[in-house]
Amino acid sequence: MNLNYGPEYEDFTKEVQKFCKKYSGVIITNKKGGALTSLSSIANSDKSDGVKVSRSEWQKILIKNGYFARSIPKEYGGFGGDIDIIKNRIIAAEFASNRIPPPMGGQGIDMLVPTLLELGTEEQKQKYIKPTLYGEMIWCQGYSEPNAGSDLASLQTKGELIDENWVINGQKIWTSTAQYSQMMFCLVRTEPDAPKHAGISYLLIPMDTPGIEIKPLVDMTLNAGFNEVFFTDVTIPKENIVGKRGEGWTVANATLGHERGSLTDPNATMNRLHMLIDRMKEETINGKKVIENPAYRDKLIKLQGKVMAFQSNSLRVLSAKLNKGQDVKIAGMIQKLVGTELRHELEGFCIDIMGELGTLFEGSPNIRDGGSWQFTYMYYLGLIIGGGTSQIQKNIISERGLGMPREPKTQQET
Amino acid sequence: MYFGLSEDQIFFQDNVKKFLEDNAPLDTIKKITEGEDLSTKDELHQGLINLGINNILIPEENGGLGLDLLFASAVSQSLGEGIATLPFVGPYVIAPIAIKYGASDSQKEKLFNEMSQNLINCGVGFSEYFGSRDSSNLSISNNKITGRTLFVLDVDFASHVMLCDKKGQIGLVSIESKGIEIINLTTVDKTRTYKEMIFKDTPIEILDKTKTSTEAAEMALNAGRIVAAADSLGASQAMINKAVEYSKERKQFNRVIGSFQAVKHMCAEMTAELEPCYSLIWHAAHSFDDSHEDSKLMACLAKSHTSEVSKMVSKKATEVHGGMGFTDLLGLHFWFKRIGLNRHILGSPEIVREEAAKAQGL
Repeated sequence: MNLNYGPEYEDFTKEVQKFCKKYSGVIITNKKGGALTSLSSIANSDKSDGVKVSRSEWQKILIKNGYFARSIPKEYGGFGGDIDIIKNRIIAAEFASNRIPPPMGGQGIDMLVPTLLELGTEEQKQKYIKPTLYGEMIWCQGYSEPNAGSDLASLQTKGELIDENWVINGQKIWTSTAQYSQMMFCLVRTEPDAPKHAGISYLLIPMDTPGIEIKPLVDMTLNAGFNEVFFTDVTIPKENIVGKRGEGWTVANATLGHERGSLTDPNATMNRLHMLIDRMKEETINGKKVIENPAYRDKLIKLQGKVMAFQSNSLRVLSAKLNKGQDVKIAGMIQKLVGTELRHELEGFCIDIMGELGTLFEGSPNIRDGGSWQFTYMYYLGLIIGGGTSQIQKNIISERGLGMPREPKTQQET
Repeated sequence: MYFGLSEDQIFFQDNVKKFLEDNAPLDTIKKITEGEDLSTKDELHQGLINLGINNILIPEENGGLGLDLLFASAVSQSLGEGIATLPFVGPYVIAPIAIKYGASDSQKEKLFNEMSQNLINCGVGFSEYFGSRDSSNLSISNNKITGRTLFVLDVDFASHVMLCDKKGQIGLVSIESKGIEIINLTTVDKTRTYKEMIFKDTPIEILDKTKTSTEAAEMALNAGRIVAAADSLGASQAMINKAVEYSKERKQFNRVIGSFQAVKHMCAEMTAELEPCYSLIWHAAHSFDDSHEDSKLMACLAKSHTSEVSKMVSKKATEVHGGMGFTDLLGLHFWFKRIGLNRHILGSPEIVREEAAKAQGL
């Protein structure tokens, strides 16, 4: 056991800290682009004294310093450095504890860029990666359909090759940021006669193509975080395909792991626990601090045990990325399930310690922390469901982790 | 950066595990718990002594192995997994740590040397320090101890018993001294023994530094809690493994029950909760070995959190076995009950969580 990153990382940590000091309280002026950014805008709502930069300028500053897109080649707009997980972790931890806005995330950066780097053509890489990293080209993900949720591979949106163009008809749902997006990466059934997993292609669709209609879907946080997207004879060039015809399922799965990992940041959970403790020290019941109430106190430490266990588990997963041969199969597999459920529980507990005050929302008088506990409590319920529901995660853990048999197929499927 | 057990630690852990698998199958354990096969118990103890479990935390200069608490935790996991009917946390963890932090140099020299040769062996009674029950009380004055304490651990092979009073003063009493009454307590866990002890003006050798400092009591308790948590970790992993294995064999409705989502999800839930306990316990043991300022907090979190998860696992894994899980025939209850005892020895979860709150100034 050795938890030191080594001396070379001490210098790097100092460098990042210096950067954080310089940009303390920075305000991102135009941060449209998804629920995650609206979450961070709530968290930073009390800051107003920092420098103002646009989203795209901020991305460029981060890339220039190597704090974002570290390992993406320069020619595609990245920093062009080596993959260094520890540096990434130091950056994330320092940014979180200094409340520096993290680089923009979202479907384009987290999912499409890694996919193109792995499976895209040179032309696709040149065309799409740089503007995506700069936050100038926003992407949405066209995967789920009304009748294809957990059973995603049964999707029915149809793509036909007519005169060197793909013509697309059908509907997608749960499409985050569709209203802000310039592009969509989309799973479409192009080979209707093939078995279900082998009949799908991965297409890149400009969102201003005629025949696309977007209807916002308001979620329980009252944000229109999602949309329904309808396609009627949407026609795009033949070359807008990643991988070959019928290989879309494989292409999509090449990067699905990126999303699951990115939903659950243990550092953020630990920071949130510290905010919870601060709140418990401030709130009172009958003039007495909540932190002194034995029932709340006991529950807090129970939660702290879970958070510490989760954070330790993620150190173990990190260690396995640095040390070949360390077995962490199950430790990695449980992260999405445990991380999202834990965060939801933590946010809900902070609502409970505030009692009736915990229910205040939307700028009400007496609201605490801008209503962020309610917002995040609900938001994480969305993350428990999205990106593979908790139940699907349990199937994965039991089938792939514990070697338990798969559910027998229905007659229709076989 | 490396987070996990070292090759040496895994090797030692596997050796203990294999020794128990080969020499202490469930039938043997059942006989020992029924009091039928006590010579086997002696042989098993000797076998583990030969592997060195008594010497893990004894310094090399005194003939020990000079290893750390992470090592001891790794071994404890194997003992829990194999429900070893043997002492560990008392004589081989709490006692050496208390001596390390509480004994004078001359006491240390003598005690460590004798312990490394297995000439003395300490049962451990620390209950007064973290929470007296049933009006128990120990009072020490003029190198004599008087009073009564409950749940003294690991007296099976003891020549001495190490006692801690509520002020954190620690001393050793020879089990052969006059004025000691030892009462067997019958708990649900038959794999280990628990005693009530009554003293009347019994001679006690106080560890010198504990007269003025609670450091030894704190460190010994932290170590004991981490190692007890590791025992539950091992026992819980054994229960999950048995549940998964059973679910792949048992058929109902013409299918193995492990193909039903209801059963799969129970196994996934147990796994998802237990897996982070490995990291938490290792992290806590590492903090202890590093004398980190958070070591008390980490020890308390490891003990209380693992106790809660293990309780859940012990229930769910039994349920996966259906009616068979409830029988003595299958013997799953030995793990269930061991987890039940680990939960309460050295501090029940609520007690330990309150200590954790205080340790971080709350």
